[in-house]
Amino acid sequence: MPEILASVLDGLLIGLVYGLAAIGLTLIFGVMDVVNLAHGAVIALGMFAVYLLFGAGLHPYLGLFVVALIGLAFGVVVYLVAVRPIINAPPLMTLLSTFSVSMIIIGVGTAVWSTSPYNVNFPVTTLRILGYTVTSARLVAALAAVLVTGFLYYFLYRTTLGKAVRAVANNREAAELMGIPSQQILAISFGIGTALAMLSGALIATLFPFTILSGGIYELKSFVASVLGGLGNPTGALFGGVILGLIEGSVAPFIKISWTNVIEFVIFVLILLFFPTGLFGGRR
Amino acid sequence: MKLFARPFFWLIVAVTLLYALLPTLGQNVTLRETLVLSAIYIILAANLNLMIGYTGYVNFGSIVFFGLGGYLTLWLVGGHHWGLYPAVLLAGAVTSLLAFLLGIGVLRLRGAYFALATIGINEAVKDFVANFDPWGGAEGIFLPFTAFKAMGGPGKALWTVYLLIVLVMGLSLLVAYLVKRSKFGLGLFAIREDEDAAMVLGVKAPLFKTLVYSLSAFLPAVAGGLYFFKNGSIIPDEAFNLHLSIEAIVMVMLGGQGTVTGAAVGAALYERLRGLLLTIPGLSNFHLVIAGVLLLLIILFAPGGLMGWLYRAWPRLRRVLE
Repeated sequence: MPEILASVLDGLLIGLVYGLAAIGLTLIFGVMDVVNLAHGAVIALGMFAVYLLFGAGLHPYLGLFVVALIGLAFGVVVYLVAVRPIINAPPLMTLLSTFSVSMIIIGVGTAVWSTSPYNVNFPVTTLRILGYTVTSARLVAALAAVLVTGFLYYFLYRTTLGKAVRAVANNREAAELMGIPSQQILAISFGIGTALAMLSGALIATLFPFTILSGGIYELKSFVASVLGGLGNPTGALFGGVILGLIEGSVAPFIKISWTNVIEFVIFVLILLFFPTGLFGGRR
Repeated sequence: MKLFARPFFWLIVAVTLLYALLPTLGQNVTLRETLVLSAIYIILAANLNLMIGYTGYVNFGSIVFFGLGGYLTLWLVGGHHWGLYPAVLLAGAVTSLLAFLLGIGVLRLRGAYFALATIGINEAVKDFVANFDPWGGAEGIFLPFTAFKAMGGPGKALWTVYLLIVLVMGLSLLVAYLVKRSKFGLGLFAIREDEDAAMVLGVKAPLFKTLVYSLSAFLPAVAGGLYFFKNGSIIPDEAFNLHLSIEAIVMVMLGGQGTVTGAAVGAALYERLRGLLLTIPGLSNFHLVIAGVLLLLIILFAPGGLMGWLYRAWPRLRRVLE
């Protein structure tokens, strides 16, 4: 029994990080109806960003702040180049253009770092909480995910810019009539979504070894988590991530780890079929 | 429609014969291996076009049909000593039936939701097969050498399978052409333009969508069976390669979605381009980057693809090249 609880606890902590990645995906969809297929590649970029900063002597946790800024800037650039010209075209077009961005990132990444594994090797302590052993890296990653989410909510609900983002998400034309510069807001939203993806990648890099292709699996997990929570709903995405983590944690002691992906994707397709707006309702 | 009076029908026949004869005449194995990839790409693109170009449903996981066909065939041939012909036909029929049943559910979704679901289906099937011991799990299935004996030894079998793949390519183009010219195809195009309006006008959209989804599964599954039989082995990562699935979308977009010629030309061009980039030293590392940039440029500046541009330059081409 204690082993199961320890595994569930581990699942809960990693689930919060999945949730953070999913929020990045769902925020972009919620604001502009674009499914960002470059999400996984951006997560991988976050991993390598924190790796490079660590190599330059910066502690991974301090590196997170730099990674967030890089993500914001990078996201704005991607939006201006690949999304803005076709923002009003059919959904196929933005799916394909963000996918081409993913191909470019992964192609350059493969040329630079090949596909061999890297890791961020910094001292990690193990803590004992209520009789369970947890590594400090996992605890900090989960905590960071919660803090970033809290900060995002503060931004969306308490600042003028955040309120403008929500207004544009709700109804772009009406927001424009109220004098909100919707193109700038869309660019910023895409930047924030990208920054969240890079942050989650950076956090994952402090836990596991990674390659330039590692983002793919977390992209799929983000899809599952955000669909569980209802596409476009950030709180739902966080809970979706936690549910995923809990499922992984609770089945891990009983079956081969490779079966968890099957379970997740079957749940994913079933949720899409029977609750297309997610377990917690659609967007705000 | 008098099929034999149509120039486009004879164009399909000519292209198929060209693919069949070019390597066979000189027994040129290198050329055969290049053309087999080209033919497979054309099969994938032409069938995917039925969903994307005709019906307007973006299937990101179309490769799942190809992989399932491959697995079913190798399992029947390798494990149960079936002949290749009944095995590929059964594999195609079973995959098509599965697609029909799946389509009833998944085609209720539209737009991004449908696209996401198709990715989920491919990944679910891949991970399932990777854990499914009767199909060899992550190690996949290896054909015993004896499997080729029934077809007159490996050398002869490879040529026969090549010609069969070219035949499937010809059939894919023919099906794409016939669907486009049929009332069924007209219904699909109506769904693409406006599904709700089409239903008001009496198009049975749910039935049509499910039928075309099922149809777009059959020939790729047969091709998968032939292709992996030719390789002699199959593993989950190769069979359900999501990347190839998305490359197929690039091919359709490159040539021009919704046109038979476009899907075929796009696929053949993409194969040539990929081959070139892989062989040029210094560029081989960047073939993914260049393909990505190419896709982005098409989307931003030429969303109609090659055919869209040709049609605009010579409007009369529309009547000849479908």
